[in-house]
Amino acid sequence: MNSLYRWPLRLASLAACLLFWQLAATARLDLGLLTFTYVPTPSAVLDAAWQLLHSSQLLAHLGSSLGRVFAGYLSAAVIGVLLGLAIGRSKWAEDSLLPPLEVLRPIPAVAWIPLAILMFPSSELSMVFITFTGALFPILLNTIHGVEGVDPRLIASARSLGAGRLAILREVILPGAAPSIVTGLAIGMGTSWFCLVTAEMISGQFGIGYYTWESYTIQNYPNIVVGMLLIGLLGMASSGLVKRLGGLATPWYRSGAQR
Amino acid sequence: MSVYERAPEPGRIDGRQLSIRLGQGREAFEAVQALDFAVEPGEFVCILGPSGCGKSTLLGALAGHLRPAGGSLLVDNAPVAGPSPERGMVFQHHTLLPWRSVLDNVAFGLKMQGIGKAERRRQAAEMLRLVGLQDFATRWPNQLSGGMQQRAEIARVLINRPRLLLMDEPFGALDAQTRSRMQELLLDIWTRIRTTVVFVTHDIDEALFLADRILVMSPRPGRFIEDLRLDFPRPRNASLLTSPGFVHLKRHCLELLRHEEGRELPRLTPLGLPTTEHPPLRIAL
Repeated sequence: MNSLYRWPLRLASLAACLLFWQLAATARLDLGLLTFTYVPTPSAVLDAAWQLLHSSQLLAHLGSSLGRVFAGYLSAAVIGVLLGLAIGRSKWAEDSLLPPLEVLRPIPAVAWIPLAILMFPSSELSMVFITFTGALFPILLNTIHGVEGVDPRLIASARSLGAGRLAILREVILPGAAPSIVTGLAIGMGTSWFCLVTAEMISGQFGIGYYTWESYTIQNYPNIVVGMLLIGLLGMASSGLVKRLGGLATPWYRSGAQR
Repeated sequence: MSVYERAPEPGRIDGRQLSIRLGQGREAFEAVQALDFAVEPGEFVCILGPSGCGKSTLLGALAGHLRPAGGSLLVDNAPVAGPSPERGMVFQHHTLLPWRSVLDNVAFGLKMQGIGKAERRRQAAEMLRLVGLQDFATRWPNQLSGGMQQRAEIARVLINRPRLLLMDEPFGALDAQTRSRMQELLLDIWTRIRTTVVFVTHDIDEALFLADRILVMSPRPGRFIEDLRLDFPRPRNASLLTSPGFVHLKRHCLELLRHEEGRELPRLTPLGLPTTEHPPLRIAL
């Protein structure tokens, strides 16, 4: 537990940021290029958060956002890992599948909104699709990277011990790529949350992203910050959860001094 | 039934005009050229030669990882077609699966045969006892020392009762003390599980200590320049290393390898040319 003595500094750093924010916002600090004139103070944000906490809407907002993020994320995880395994293992799959994916990869989530509305029957599905595009590429590329990084000697020696194609995939490739896949899943969780506000610009009613965007259009600035912080916290918590689960799934990766 | 009783039938090797090419296009070269040789069932053969001479390439072809470009390579009168558990391979650095315990690594071959968990673990535990690793069954491979990793690797290969045991400088990365203990352990195991052994090394002492027969190889293209039969009595121990007969043969081997000095060649591996390339960097977002 040698990390215990590092907590005071970490908490002090967070407190210092909050203090700076409070001072800058109450003093309406104007640095020319950057101005805090319209930034709500932390205490105003706290008030807004308190109100949201006591309103009946919080659960509805949380529920719909969590549902969308997890539906998009889970489908991205399944499709990303499967495509990644295929592309990493086969030159043919790489040449036939990777080029179109590389074209789609740099397209930002916002740019998908019109097409997502046109392509899917319900706005709910379009929103899930946008969180899906956010999570897919980190998962896909990290899986490919992990598969390509598996030591060819391990594959050769498994073949010598009688492993067929499927057994090699299950016993060697998948666990060999697992640490990299876990990294991709953790990054993908974060990027899926990034896309939430974008996705919920389509929404007419609920969702934390919707709440944030709605607060902007009605100029309720403290609520914007509440929404931003909620997304940050939920993203951090779910990435942490994925990392923790990934750690449990790859116990050999932490133990032992050398690789 | 004890693991020792189900002794394998040792395999016989015949190479006729065997050539193996490595590399592609203009860079291609013959790593071994027109080899004619035969290894009797149950023989312990060392292939001795300088780094890069093609001895590991020959081993890779015997294991089925490399395809001959010309001639034929027969094991028990059947051409080698791809890797098989009948031809067990031990690499210079262990290839234990990092995500399996030592016990499950040793049991891997039995799992591939579809043997149930309890039975394969029982046999693997017995195999671990044979190599002296019974107390390390539940460890991860990277928690073992280099010598222990190689012992686990040997146990994992032997559990398949291979007709051939192919070893590519298996003790080359170990310190001198551990190496000589591993050599004695290997000979001890070989008295209990008789199989044909092809052992590649560039260490003259090691070859003389272990082998019934030494094939000396010269590089580029690799070919055999000497076929030495050793009749030092078994069981052998460290005192053999200083006996007059041993020193005499060692001088002979040194002479044979001397005129190869000054030619530094890159090390070849049983999987072909060494891969210095890293996998392509992917931007992960």
